[in-house]
Amino acid sequence: MAGGITTLDLRINGEQRVVAFPTHHTLLEVLREECGLTGTKHGCELGECGACAVLVDGRPVLSCLALAAEMKGRDIETIEGLQESNELVPLQAAFADLGAAQCGYCTPGILMTAKALLDQKPDPSRKEISEGLAGNLCRCTGYHKIVEAVEWAAAVERGENREYDAETLWGATEPGLETSLETGPETPTDGSTD
Amino acid sequence: MAEPVRKQPRSPVPVRETSIIGKPFRRVDGRPKVTGTTRFADDLDIPRLCFMKLSRSTVPHARIRSIDLTRAREIPGVLGFLTGDQMPETFGILPVSQDEHALCLDKVRMVGDPVVAVAALSEDAAHEAALLVEIDYEPLATISSLEDALATPEPRVHEDARGEGNVHKAVSMEFGDLDQAHAEADLVLKDTFFYQGNTHLPMEQHSAVAVPEDEDRITLYSSTQTPHYVHRALTRVLGLPASRIRVVATPNGGGFGGKSDPFNHEIVAAKMALQLGRPVKITLTREEVFYCHRGRHPVLMTLETGFKKDGTLTGQHLKSALDGGAYGSYGIASTYYTGALQTVTYKLPAYRFDGVRVFTNKPPCGPKRGHGTPQPRFGWEIQLDKAAHRLGIDPAELRLRNLETEGAVTANWLKLGTIELQRCIEAVVEGSGWRERYGKMPEGRGLGIACGSYLCGAGLPIYWNHMPQSGVQLLLDRSGGVAVFCGETEIGQGSDSVLAAIVAEVLGIELADIRLCVADTDLTPVDLGSYSSRVTLMVGNAAVEAAERAKDLLAKAAADELEVPTERLVFASGRVFDAADPDRGLSFQETCIAAEARFGTLGTVGSYTPPRSPGRYRGAGVGPSPTYSYTASVVEVEVDSDTGIYRPLHVWIAHDIGRSLNPVLVLGQVEGSVYMALGEAMMEEQEFRRLPPRRSRALVHKMPSMLEYKSPTFCDMPPVTTYLIEQEDPRGPFGAKEVGQGPLLPVLPALANGIFDAVGVRVDQVPIQPFMILSALAAKHRRFGPDSFPDVNFGETLAVPTPMQGGDGKAIDDLQARRRSGMASTTGTMTTRDEALSQHKKLTTD
Ligand code: FES
Ligand code: FES
Repeated sequence: MAGGITTLDLRINGEQRVVAFPTHHTLLEVLREECGLTGTKHGCELGECGACAVLVDGRPVLSCLALAAEMKGRDIETIEGLQESNELVPLQAAFADLGAAQCGYCTPGILMTAKALLDQKPDPSRKEISEGLAGNLCRCTGYHKIVEAVEWAAAVERGENREYDAETLWGATEPGLETSLETGPETPTDGSTD
Repeated sequence: MAEPVRKQPRSPVPVRETSIIGKPFRRVDGRPKVTGTTRFADDLDIPRLCFMKLSRSTVPHARIRSIDLTRAREIPGVLGFLTGDQMPETFGILPVSQDEHALCLDKVRMVGDPVVAVAALSEDAAHEAALLVEIDYEPLATISSLEDALATPEPRVHEDARGEGNVHKAVSMEFGDLDQAHAEADLVLKDTFFYQGNTHLPMEQHSAVAVPEDEDRITLYSSTQTPHYVHRALTRVLGLPASRIRVVATPNGGGFGGKSDPFNHEIVAAKMALQLGRPVKITLTREEVFYCHRGRHPVLMTLETGFKKDGTLTGQHLKSALDGGAYGSYGIASTYYTGALQTVTYKLPAYRFDGVRVFTNKPPCGPKRGHGTPQPRFGWEIQLDKAAHRLGIDPAELRLRNLETEGAVTANWLKLGTIELQRCIEAVVEGSGWRERYGKMPEGRGLGIACGSYLCGAGLPIYWNHMPQSGVQLLLDRSGGVAVFCGETEIGQGSDSVLAAIVAEVLGIELADIRLCVADTDLTPVDLGSYSSRVTLMVGNAAVEAAERAKDLLAKAAADELEVPTERLVFASGRVFDAADPDRGLSFQETCIAAEARFGTLGTVGSYTPPRSPGRYRGAGVGPSPTYSYTASVVEVEVDSDTGIYRPLHVWIAHDIGRSLNPVLVLGQVEGSVYMALGEAMMEEQEFRRLPPRRSRALVHKMPSMLEYKSPTFCDMPPVTTYLIEQEDPRGPFGAKEVGQGPLLPVLPALANGIFDAVGVRVDQVPIQPFMILSALAAKHRRFGPDSFPDVNFGETLAVPTPMQGGDGKAIDDLQARRRSGMASTTGTMTTRDEALSQHKKLTTD
């Protein structure tokens, strides 16, 4: 076993904290074990699935491949820092509403990667969203709801007033059946304030 | 939440007026999942937690000569070890296949079989110690494949298994007169297909945390889909009364059937925690998840089906052979499932099924999304396509001509519920422009169609008993909040949301006023688990019953208070009011206060037991379900005939859902199924290879990593158009049927049929690799696939007259056959219900 303990002043989600950890431990391990920030997940610990993605200086990094010891002076962002006070940001709200999170295990990694994508490219095409997230695996959703959620959040972040797409919520209209459309206040859901 | 566009439900028949059910609402676990606060098993931290690792077999088949822990003990921080002799009792998911040990006793049966457990203060120390455990093996011949297993009776993978040699199970049954059916046919097609095995690959690796509560009480938190069955296995192996063991299923980071067995690591963690007197955690590595497996069985199958000139089916003979891997798992049920649901989609007047499962020295196969049915469905729907071409009938039309009907009893005695398959087919035909485009597109472009159907919950529990399959308990009090207790397990499919929404809907309150306590064997009524697409229907019906009973209580109290007859009371918008005079009413909380004052502490229960199925023959236990879901799909595909590389361009899929409890969640299940189907059709495979001779020639997993086991990414998914076809089924809660598994079934054969339309070749196996298309293009018969089915002794055929023949659901020689074989009837899914119930005592206490 590699010996040695490293003590570092880490900046995570804008908060400074002093952390001591075995020097050979990855950022993933230190976030989850030393810092108790278990929102960051792991699916392989070999850089193959994207579940562990966090942002380092604004760029997505696979925390299972990054050594915590190298994080001195870097700005680390994790899923725990995404929401604004008790409010979900549009990306989060759309993931929750549109079924872009089913089991939710891939979700933190995908949300962080998507955030970096939107920070860089506020108006991505569907293809750019898919390519930007192609390093993140999700076994539940079939990906489309995620792309739709990112697209919607991007529009809202750009200040556009956008509704969820009817087909995303209801499915395609069965050919030959009449539909009637109406707009109305949505039923309150889980009591969240967003 | 932004205000979504709201559409009226589109059913052609009026659906019940509802305020939550049937509408897109945010799933109740949505917020924790997007904030990272959902606590999965590996996220649990408990004071004094220590870590466990398993030292696993490096050889595929061997006797254990000796185990040496000397070097492992020297690692600082090591707390203790366990070996197989400390837990000699066997376990397994099916009562009939109790063939696993928590740690291997005297032999190992696959690479990855756990032999020694070590616990230490840190995961690093446990890992290092596990590597230093020295195990001396006496190698045995490796049984590597189906052919190997059939040809090599010795050495047996399981020496005391019931079957012959390395055959785990053989079954043969005939419903009606198949010879006559074939004689009456104008066309009899015989085709052989192969469906490669593949794995669930849930994003979350299995994890378990065991906490000793007392000298002889223990709690296990685990990422399991079936806490109740884990509870039973722990009871058996630990030798503790069930009342002293608590199993809590943490939310699963994906399951797909891969977390439905009780696992060795769960049992070992519990034993270790009891031994050390401190909490123990084990989280599997991704490689270990590949060894747990229980994935899709590789199945070789032959279908021989008769058709009349007009496309009418006369009968089918299906033979299937399953490579089961090293343990029984659900395998006997899987074997039956490769045959059981062939009859529920199209009218099949005569049917014969022969199935066999063998043991091999590979990770055990089990239930994966669709459990045993995607394989024969793949063959069936391709064969229908072939028949349509031979008979000159449009493939969509051929299917429409043979549809089963609502309420029918099939040749193998399954009673069907509602069937909206016709509308499903019409929707995808219309949506894809089938009539204008099928067979008419330029070379290299094609459309394929296929259908499928699936259970809405297995009609019988895994072990025989008189008790309900699902229970729900409500606690109401003066707060106006409702606590809902239920054993159901959230694996991402939305079961928590289904449960909460049903209770809120019946009581006319908001989701925010519901609190859930789920999947906890100490605190919640039993639900059998998240498998066989049973949760929406069974938990849902139990929840409706519990909520209706609560509503009755509350209505009595409100009626007195308001001086209004109970029949006139409406529960809606958080109020209880007079339908004739809506201003006259109480808030829901005031109603609870009135009821608590009148009746004392308020609580109700509900439960669900599926109806009895008409089949009475041996094996009739697999296949019955309260009702079935139906799906149709069209896949458009583009094929490059120079390289064989192909790409699905679009998937249209229509699913007969009964009624969507929440269309967003339903769509998610459909799209997730399409995705998983395309993965299996195009790339996913569980493959093995031999090490080179200088390294023991051991049979090892070819790709136990996410990088090597190819699965589709964001960029591989074609657009999907989903139609939710609604027609309430009275058997389901608010008319709902299943959606988690059925939509996977038609997509694979639709893709293969699309490739045929594009370039005129048949690939009769999955995953379909480009080289297969090239090789078929070069072949005389324009086909790639297996040519022959091995010679198998399926045993004596059980003859069961069909309903059309005036049968009574029993086999002709049932009694005599059983007397001859001297079979005891303790085999869970394999005997008739009556037999088992008459032996009730023995069965429920084993
Ligand atoms: S856990 Fe880091 S990429 Fe999979
Ligand atoms: S939501 Fe389950 S893996 Fe993505």
